[in-house]
Amino acid sequence: MFRKISLFTMSAALLLSLGLSAHAAESMVLKRIKERGSINMGHRESSVPFSYIGNDGKPQGYSVDLCMKFIDAVKAEIEMPDLKVNLVPVTSQTRIALMANGTIDLECGSTTNNLTRQKQVDYLSTTFITGTKIASKKGSGITEIEDLEGKTVALSLGTTNEKAIKRVAKANGINVKTLMVKDHPQGWLAVESGRADAYASDDVLLYGLISKSKNPDKFQVTGRFLSFDPYGIMVPQNDSLYRRIGTVTLADLMRSGEAKKIYDKWFNPGPTNINMPMSATLKTAFEIQALPH
Amino acid sequence: MNYNWDWGVLIREPYFEWLVSGFLWTISVSVAAWILAFSLGSVVGIARTTNSKLLRGIGTCYVETFRNIPLLVQMFLWYFVFPELLPEDAGMWVKRELPMPEFTTAVVCLGLYTASRVAEQVRAGIEAIGQGQRNAGLAMGLTPAQVYRYVLLPVSYRIIVPPLTSEFLTIFKNSSLALTIGVLETTAQARQIEEYTFQGFEAFTAATLLYIIVTSTVMLLMKLIEGRLRIPGMISLGAK
Amino acid sequence: MFGEFDTSVIFDNLHFLLEGMQTTLILTVIAICGGLVLGTLLALARLAPFKPLSFIAGSYVNFFRSMPLILVIFWFYFLVPHIVGRPVGGFYSVLVAFVMFEAAYYCEIMRAGIQSVRKGQIYAGQALGLTYTQNMRYVVLPQAFRNMVPILMTQAIILFQDTSLVYVVGVKDFLVSADLVANRENRILEMFTTVALVYFVICLSGSLLVRRLQRKFAQ
Repeated sequence: MFRKISLFTMSAALLLSLGLSAHAAESMVLKRIKERGSINMGHRESSVPFSYIGNDGKPQGYSVDLCMKFIDAVKAEIEMPDLKVNLVPVTSQTRIALMANGTIDLECGSTTNNLTRQKQVDYLSTTFITGTKIASKKGSGITEIEDLEGKTVALSLGTTNEKAIKRVAKANGINVKTLMVKDHPQGWLAVESGRADAYASDDVLLYGLISKSKNPDKFQVTGRFLSFDPYGIMVPQNDSLYRRIGTVTLADLMRSGEAKKIYDKWFNPGPTNINMPMSATLKTAFEIQALPH
Repeated sequence: MNYNWDWGVLIREPYFEWLVSGFLWTISVSVAAWILAFSLGSVVGIARTTNSKLLRGIGTCYVETFRNIPLLVQMFLWYFVFPELLPEDAGMWVKRELPMPEFTTAVVCLGLYTASRVAEQVRAGIEAIGQGQRNAGLAMGLTPAQVYRYVLLPVSYRIIVPPLTSEFLTIFKNSSLALTIGVLETTAQARQIEEYTFQGFEAFTAATLLYIIVTSTVMLLMKLIEGRLRIPGMISLGAK
Repeated sequence: MFGEFDTSVIFDNLHFLLEGMQTTLILTVIAICGGLVLGTLLALARLAPFKPLSFIAGSYVNFFRSMPLILVIFWFYFLVPHIVGRPVGGFYSVLVAFVMFEAAYYCEIMRAGIQSVRKGQIYAGQALGLTYTQNMRYVVLPQAFRNMVPILMTQAIILFQDTSLVYVVGVKDFLVSADLVANRENRILEMFTTVALVYFVICLSGSLLVRRLQRKFAQ
């Protein structure tokens, strides 16, 4: 049985790659990767555990692992097994611009797939589902956004969380002071050092920040979801051939259960003890996105 | 690369207001920091020309310290490190009770840094007058303070107008560093508009024009003033 | 929140920090060389007898001198790839930004240097029958460079400090490396203090050297 399946996958992959190579000339992204002899992978530096700099100074994480599978498929597609991978650090403010202007060929971070951004970039399948929540010190009396009346909340510039908090606060007439920060560590530092009362971000990232802090017991993540944020790997716009390589890779990983294994490696409990078993929503999302060949 | 031009974004809600508010922050930071830099810089500059070894030493230490650390690093030291070095209550006060913490930190940092540069100009101005005038003043029975007040400073400030103008423009441009600690000034707003609308060209062009307009206006005004302030027979110090 | 001042975090990450310093130095050196070449050309253009040429060079200089360096870095980082039509990495983008920006400042230094050469020298060159180019190359520029060494070095120290601004686009220079370590190890106090000290020692030594040279040239 095993043999049969692997033979089947192999031949399918072969057929697929043959079918794709016939069109390869039409993919601008593949063409530039080929000419350059390298692929530019955008990554974050502190999106734990999706894409962050490990102790060895190299990016690692859930998104990075998935991206590496995608890059393997690209290597096979253009028949360049020695393709160089250039690591390009990006931030929440630079990632879209760098994708839109062609600096990076894929972005492996914790980027929400939304319709506004799709005007500039495309996304592969959803690989994670989260939403905006609030992290604060235990005993601060903060649970919901309503409790932030007259208090200071740190927000990362250019994130969906920033927009979500401002939108909800405005709609409900809550008077929140905001402190604009560059990235997650700066936002977290604001809470830890007492400069801000809370930091608003995707709940999973907040758990990640807490798990890496010096006193994880002192902090909490609370409140209802203030936004719906499905993550996806970002790819350049208007290149369906290139994007399809990613869709196929992810569908295969989700179908075979390997995606779940990679998930467990980083989240259950994960190297930073984040301890987030796969949610039912994400499980369903994986099943739906495991498209047949 | 195809790019969708949309200059209208600059006058649309709420982006126009962002630009205006960013510009006002830039001006506020620059002017407030300049007041601090000019007063403190004058004191330090004068200290470096006095006969007191101690005062000269303090002045030199001040100038060397602030000139030899990158401004951005100083910004981080004031914002992240300084409150932690204070006793806990005072540190907490700086972080929470200080009015407009990011703005105030940026003003203090820019002001102290630029003071070291202003001090050098003031010193150069006083030294350019020469020992003769100072001695003449003292010989007439003026106290050292009076020599500064009536002889040295009136002349030296007039000859250092051009370099001080250029220092003001430097502070104006350096105010953009305040964005690293969360002050949403002109450059930060341009970036934010780019992030929200993806119209980077338009946003950055607007910011560039704002800077150029202010710089040109200041230079033009100062040219006019310089002509009136120039002391016949004395060259003014060129901007460095 | 910081606890005791812990120096071990510096030694544990020494290699990483040195790599960052290497980037800072490479950036500084290339920006100096590039800026100097472009700046000299601009200065020659500004002083050239041909009016349109000197006007263009003058506008270039005034344009860049009116802009904050951060804005210049953003411009090149985000928008140059659009113009070039192909991706330009972060490091190369800021390199271009620094060369273009510094050229404006070097141009002004060079111009002052060239103008500091006494008119008599130029007339002597002309009297000997040297062309404009020959006169510049053999008579004016060598003397101008000598007069400018101290101020060129001061500008180099300023540039060395200014490279820390690549922080805003995340190019991994000395400051960014230290910032990464600071966040990873939760040691902000130690890292930023160290960064300040390192910059201070390097820049102070530089300025002392410049002062020494100045005294030597003055003799």
